[in-house]
Amino acid sequence: MNLTLPLIPLEGGGYTPPGTQDFIWPGLIPGLDWANKPFFQAVIGALLVILLWVIASRRLKVVPSKGQFVSEYFYDFVRNGIARDILGPDYRKYLPYLLGLFSFILVNNWFGQFFFFMYPAFSNVGYAYGLALLTLVIYIGAGIKKHGLGKYLKQSLIPEGVPFYLYPLIIPLEFLSNFITRPITLSLRLFANLFAGHLVVMVFVVGGWFLMTYPSQSAGDEVVPFFNVAGVISVLFSFAILFLELFIGALQAYIFTVLTAQYVSSSLAEAH
Amino acid sequence: MAILETFLGPLAPHHLSEVIVGIVLMLLIFIVMWKAVVPMFEKMYAERTAAITGGMEKAEAAQAEAQAALEEYTAQLADARAEAARIREDAKNQGAQILAEMREEAQAESQRIIAQAQAAMEAERAQVTSQLRSEVGGLATTLAGRIVGESLEDDERTRRTVDRFIADLESQPVGGGQA
Repeated sequence: MNLTLPLIPLEGGGYTPPGTQDFIWPGLIPGLDWANKPFFQAVIGALLVILLWVIASRRLKVVPSKGQFVSEYFYDFVRNGIARDILGPDYRKYLPYLLGLFSFILVNNWFGQFFFFMYPAFSNVGYAYGLALLTLVIYIGAGIKKHGLGKYLKQSLIPEGVPFYLYPLIIPLEFLSNFITRPITLSLRLFANLFAGHLVVMVFVVGGWFLMTYPSQSAGDEVVPFFNVAGVISVLFSFAILFLELFIGALQAYIFTVLTAQYVSSSLAEAH
Repeated sequence: MAILETFLGPLAPHHLSEVIVGIVLMLLIFIVMWKAVVPMFEKMYAERTAAITGGMEKAEAAQAEAQAALEEYTAQLADARAEAARIREDAKNQGAQILAEMREEAQAESQRIIAQAQAAMEAERAQVTSQLRSEVGGLATTLAGRIVGESLEDDERTRRTVDRFIADLESQPVGGGQA
């Protein structure tokens, strides 16, 4: 048996590895190239979130039914686990945004693992930028509303106890960290996790499928189904990755929401 | 977009519309949450809290009521006991009083009866004495007349004789009379 297996050539072997080009979708409506698959997914996701919550909030009973128990679980998760824990007594005002944010991101992330969609909308960085911008506006607005513009800027740009001669150094740094890096890290964290996750799934599925269906090569006079076996394992493993992605999708929705609450809370805080 | 892409690579949004769509959709969701979902849930929670605390308050009120009723009954029972004791005492006193009155009355009655009987006896005795006196006088004079044979028809003398005789009798001591 010849142990040196011929490798499938990367170039010209008929295999295109998944890459950034797989995240670019053509417009589904002629003339509107932005009306692509991620766009419709985001719209469907938003409608689904609205529909589910409106149905859930109908006929709420003091003694919950089974369905209400589930919706209450999610509601309490955001209300008590995120909003109340981080924001304290003022949490009611920000609860609608946090609840919507969490549900919207969660549903869109889980679209990456569900039939028909199989693609997370937030792996298109634009949507993540949009949400991060909105969060930025909200936590700045919360700070200005609470303290007034001057006091809020002073609080967020000058940490307490810093001597005045360090101001030229500290003010730009604080500005960067509070108003620039926060939204960027927020959006990139969400985008990159889903982008990479989807890419990994694609590598296992596309690559695995390619190997699985690759014509068995002959080594000498023997037929060696090495690539096909590897392909089957790879495709099977992609299911494990899908479950991991389900978890990551939920985790990222949680992190985005928690950080939003955290930023609002730091804007509302009396002193840093 | 092309310029952004050269600077940012895959970090540039494919379409600017993505950012706008993301914001618009999130705002839509936010408005629904704000106006419809969260108020409903919060209302239900408030109702649930009210129901639970209301139930607890109700139970507490019932307990307090029961306690008050128990105290009232205990107080009433104590009152009743005292009342019974008082009535018993009264009855005892009254009984003793009645007994004393009855005794007194009976004594008075018996005194009266005795006095009456004595008076009657006295009257009868007086009557008998006077009757006897006249009869014995008549008899004695008749007998004496027969024995003496002397008429003692003379009233004046007879009376004197009889009177003297009786006076003798009366002057004799009682013991002597009996002997």
